[in-house]
Parts: sequence; structure tokens; C-alpha cells
Amino acid sequence: MSGIVADKISMVFTLPNGDQVHALNNVHLDVRDGEIISVLGPSGCGKTTLLNIIAGFLRPTSGRVMREGKEVTKPGPDRGMVFQQGALFEWMTVEKNIAFGPKMAGKRAAETRRKVDELLQIVGLQDFGKKPVYQLSGGMQQRVALARCLANDPDVILMDEPLGALDALTREKMQSLVLKLWKETGKTIILITHSVEEALFLGERLIVMAPRPGRILREYQLPFADRGLVESPRQIKASPEFVQTREEVLSLIWEMEEEIMGNEKELEPA
Amino acid sequence: MSKHHTPPSGLSVWLGLKDNVFTQQKTVRFGDASAVNSGRFYSILTVVLLLAAWGIASALGMLESFYWPSINATLARISKLLSEGFRNVALCDHIGISVFRVLAGVVLGAAVGVPLGLAMGLSSIARGLFDPIVEFMRPIPPLALIPLIILWFGIDETAKIFLLFLASLFIMTLAARSGVNSVKISKVHAAYSLGASRLQILFHVILPNALPEIFTGLRTAMGVCWGTVVAAELVAADKGVGSMIMIAKNFLQTDTVVIGIFVIGLIGYTIELGMRYLERLLIPWQGKG
Repeated sequence: MSGIVADKISMVFTLPNGDQVHALNNVHLDVRDGEIISVLGPSGCGKTTLLNIIAGFLRPTSGRVMREGKEVTKPGPDRGMVFQQGALFEWMTVEKNIAFGPKMAGKRAAETRRKVDELLQIVGLQDFGKKPVYQLSGGMQQRVALARCLANDPDVILMDEPLGALDALTREKMQSLVLKLWKETGKTIILITHSVEEALFLGERLIVMAPRPGRILREYQLPFADRGLVESPRQIKASPEFVQTREEVLSLIWEMEEEIMGNEKELEPA
Repeated sequence: MSKHHTPPSGLSVWLGLKDNVFTQQKTVRFGDASAVNSGRFYSILTVVLLLAAWGIASALGMLESFYWPSINATLARISKLLSEGFRNVALCDHIGISVFRVLAGVVLGAAVGVPLGLAMGLSSIARGLFDPIVEFMRPIPPLALIPLIILWFGIDETAKIFLLFLASLFIMTLAARSGVNSVKISKVHAAYSLGASRLQILFHVILPNALPEIFTGLRTAMGVCWGTVVAAELVAADKGVGSMIMIAKNFLQTDTVVIGIFVIGLIGYTIELGMRYLERLLIPWQGKG
């Protein structure tokens, strides 16, 4: 079993002025071994906080994260992380970034070398191994981030809006790459995203979260991730089923946004 | 049809008298610093005018050598300093000893200050222990320590290097500490998720991340130490550029004093250029994180 369970997680942040923010309220998430799930929600719904708790960067106020029957208390190489951007080591070349995990673990150099070459092929950067990462475009940098994570062979990959800063075209290509990597490696993936389309396209399961307090609002089972390996992404995204689900999720999120805005209006003095 | 078929080039562009390939495209000039041409012509003009004024004043015998030497006397003194040295010490030895003191002070200051700054950025115990000392010493000009250091060490080499060590120590400590503070947390998180230990994170993430700021600290320390060494040599030394101009003053050799001042300026400038060059060479990723 390399699934992961977030067991009734609550997270309360106390602000410097003493106010308390309920970032997460009793969030329960059970992720199967080899599942890819996407988590969607308006900003402030606690989705990044949830991911940071699963990664082991934050200790929840109550509840716990369980993996293989053990409680997660700190970050570890079994849970790889791909950040939005700026988490690469810019003083290293592409190769050295990718080799970081195996090197820290003291793996044999020849073995690491082979793995890095293989990953460079997979993410399509075979000619860029010797380049410093800051000379690469945003899309290429995220490929390096994916490869660096995979080089460590984690069971679970946590993605915090990894494609959020990319332009639309690059983003579509990267979505297909993520899907391909998921299918080929069989990793468990939790993907946080702002984009409804991305969430639908990549998730076998979609979790929609709501803010104040951060909680799970709805779950959808989705067929598109499996189809994404056979049909073309454009075909899927244009299919009536996809469009219908997208509109449904969008209106759900719009309602939430309206509610937030409405509440804020009420709070304003007349 | 475009007026410009070939990019502007040539002497007048280099001199900044004509627009270059970048500035010619700008219509907003006043207020856009990048649209201002180099003005190199006027820089050359300034230097030429100053030298000409000095030459004319010398030729007309307007200069009193007690206050300011004539150009001929200065040139003669330079060749004498180069061939005979000053007080049995060659000019380059005077320069060499000053530069050596600065380098020794900065290297020692960095060797202690960088680990100390890293520790203060990473551990509450180190921060708590050293914060009062660092914050108290920071605003004290190194020159104010000279009397105490003379009492402790006399006026030998140890005294000067210790003074320069202190001058650079606090600069380097603060630079390394702020280098730690500037580490992006996502890089540290990424390293932990990749299985790195604390020690590995220190050497492979935090230290390289702090290098740009450590280097800025080195540049500042070099500048401060160069100023401090000259001043320290004015007070107590028999070798070094500072002592050379002080002794020359006692013998009313104004030309040597003036030459010494030029040498101090030139070396300070060379150090700055050298550090900038090293910075580009060693930290090419600076500002690209």
C-alpha cells in the first residue's frame, strides 16, 4: 500500500493580532495507491495548507496524515513535491538538479548518471543537461522539477500548482506529460490547481474545496484521465461530457465566489 | 523608409555624442535613466581640462610646492619612487604590504564571520548569544578601536591585521546572516522532500543561496578595510601607502603625498573592479532565482 490518508485534518492559524483563521476544518481525504486526484478551490480554501500538511511541512492542529500505517510527522523522500516555480537550485545545472535526491542518498554515481539520462529523455530535455536552470524557459524548468522529483522514485507525488505560471500552450503540453508520467510510473499523485479544466483533465477524482473554513465541498469521479492516454487532449476537452462537467464545477465555484463577495458586501458599512 | 539602414556605430557613439542602437529607439528621454547616453566625451573632457589646468599652472610657476606640486616635480618624483622607493622601501612594497593587510583581514573576517552569520541565521542559541555583540559592535567605526588595539598588540603587524579582521568580521557576519534569511522556503522544502539531511541542506542549499549576499559583503568589507588600513597606517606604521604619505608629510614632500593619494584611489578602484569581475565569474546565477 502506498496510498495516503489525511485523517480528519483541522488547521487553525493564529494571526499576530490574536485572530484565528480556520484554514482547514475536519478534512478527510483517502487517496488510493496509484490514484491521481486533483484538488480545486477558490483562494483561501486551504488547499495548499492541506498539501503542506501531507508533505509534512506543517503540523495540523488536529487530525493526522497516515502512510503505510505510520503517521507522517516530517517531510521525507517517499513524498516528492513539485512546486509552482522557483524551487529549483539555480546554482546547479539541469543534470545536477535532477541528480540531487540520489546524490544526497549516496547512490552510486554511475547508477545516478543512467537515471538522469533516462529522465532527461522522458521529459524531453536530453540536449539541456549541462545548462544552468536559469537559462531555461518556465515550461522547461517545470520539466526539470518533475524529473528531479521522479529521480528519487517517491511513492507519492504532491504537486502545488506546478503548471500555474505557464502560458496556455505550454500548460496543455505539460498536462499531457503529467498524465503520461502518471500512467507509466503508477505513482500516487495529488495535484493542487486553480484551473477547472486542468483539474478535470488530470484527476481520476476531483475534490472541490470551499473556504472559511477550508473544507471539502464535493467530490467527483472522472473518466477523463484514463481517456487522456488514448484520445487527444483537445478531443477530450471539447467532448460534451467534459464541457458539461466543467460548467457544473465552474458554476459551483462561482456560487462560492458570489457568496464570499456577498458576505463581504454585507460587512461593509452602509 | 527608415532613416537608419545601419546600426549607429563609431567613435561618436562610443563617446556618447550620438545615440546608440538602444537609445535611438527611445522617445521618452528625460526621466528614463537607460535612455541617457554614456557621456564619455565629457568624462574625457573633465580629465583633460584638469590635467591642462595643472600643466598650465605648473608652467606659469603658479604652484607653491608646499601646497601642491608642479606636474614636472610630480613626474620626477614618480620615477624616483619607482627606481629608489621611499625610505629604502620600494613603492610596490608599500602598496604590497597595505594590500596584504587588507586581504589578510578580509579573509580572516570572512573565515569567522560567515560561519557565525550562518549559525545566527539558523539557530536561536547562536542568534541569542552573538546578537548583543554584533549589534553593539556594528555602529562603531573600526578607527575608534585603534587606541585600544595599540594598547593590546603594540604597533606591529598583528595589531593592523586584527583591526582589519574586526572591521570585516561584522560586515561578513551580517551578510551571511541575511543570506540565510533570503533563502526561499520552497527550495528548503524541496530539498527535505528529496531526502536531504540538515547538513546537506546547509552545504547544498543554504550556503550557495547565501553566496550572492556573502559576496556583496566581501565587496563592502574590501572597501571598508582599504579605507581602514590607510587610516591605520597614518596613525602607526613604517610601511604601507598610508604611512608613506604620513612620513612624506613630515618631510614636507607634498608631491609624494599627492602621489600616495592617487595610488590609494587607484587601488581602491582596482579592488572594486576585481571583485565585480569575480562576482560575475563565481556567481553567474545572481538575481536569477
